[in-house]
Amino acid sequence: MDEEAPDRAWHEIVRDVLKRHNVSLVTYVPDNVLRPLIDAVHADPFFTAFAVAREEEGLGILSGAWMGGRCGILLMQTSGFATLPNVIASLAVPFQIPVLMMVSERGTLGEFNIGQSLVARTMRPVLQALAVEHHTMTRLDEVEFIVDRSITQAVATQAPCCFILSPLLTGGKVFAA
Amino acid sequence: MSFSANHPTNRAQAKVLNRFDITERLVARLKHDEAVIGGIGYTNFDLWGAGQRAQNFYMLGSMGLAVPIALGVALAQPQRRVFALEGDGSILMQLGSLATVAARARKNLAIVIMDNGTYQITGGQQTLTDQGADIVAIARGAGLVQSAWAADEGAFEELVDLALREDGPWLIGCRIDRDKPKDTTERDPARIRDQFMRGLGVKK
Repeated sequence: MDEEAPDRAWHEIVRDVLKRHNVSLVTYVPDNVLRPLIDAVHADPFFTAFAVAREEEGLGILSGAWMGGRCGILLMQTSGFATLPNVIASLAVPFQIPVLMMVSERGTLGEFNIGQSLVARTMRPVLQALAVEHHTMTRLDEVEFIVDRSITQAVATQAPCCFILSPLLTGGKVFAA
Repeated sequence: MSFSANHPTNRAQAKVLNRFDITERLVARLKHDEAVIGGIGYTNFDLWGAGQRAQNFYMLGSMGLAVPIALGVALAQPQRRVFALEGDGSILMQLGSLATVAARARKNLAIVIMDNGTYQITGGQQTLTDQGADIVAIARGAGLVQSAWAADEGAFEELVDLALREDGPWLIGCRIDRDKPKDTTERDPARIRDQFMRGLGVKK
């Protein structure tokens, strides 16, 4: 593994690891916490990045792209992940497609929207029920290792993988009174 | 677009075609290993029944995702033409994907909508296209200007030839009957995915 440069933010580390693994397609439904990563992939011509109308659509696009020889990642927030169980269970898992997902975690550590706090409770049970490999990233010094190793594993084992960006890492979304 | 001048202006004016017949007509015109994504239900079964090409992908769930999967293949392999075959009930679940396809503007992508106005596989319940929704009009509104209803079998073949020859994205609306499918897709997803990847030259 490369030595981590301590001066990089989490989103710069993620961008660099995606490039190293040739993950060049980024579909997303936007989120404030993800904004610097979304901006970074739009700014880099290596990536093809675009917003989709629904998270399911983003997962479908990545599945088709993988089968066509191109790897991608879907960015979303917790409530968006909650729209995905059916397509993870009927497309990514049974067809053995290593769809990468990254979720900006809402609903915890200072959430101000009750809808977000409730839907957030479905995320890990869904991932566990479908036996989808997932890791919550809380510290800057673990981001590179987790993303790097997990992409390698997802591709090698032909299985989807989900990265959860904790507010401990990103600062989350702060309540504006 | 002048191309649409000879096509029906709405769903009601299009002839009701046979699903298996037009699926066979489509497959017969594919000479360059074009990829075909079959959405769930009888659309998929008749694609299977029309001959199992290595470049066909058969969904077994994820209702509504034939168009996004086809867009993904088209993004990964810009030199290959890609067709999505989708039913009316399915596309009604992902109308946003039509706008996404329009925005990406892939030249190598075509969508065929098989519209019989029913959720046929679940017992023939009425869909919204049988109550006034016009998928071709919706697609045009989403930005897919090259969208047309196939007037009859000959017009369908002409539209397919256009989609094979000229820059897309294309959407071909087909009114179809409620005939039973000719076969049933083998439900082995790992095998389907593996064969498709080999058919696309991604795996050796």
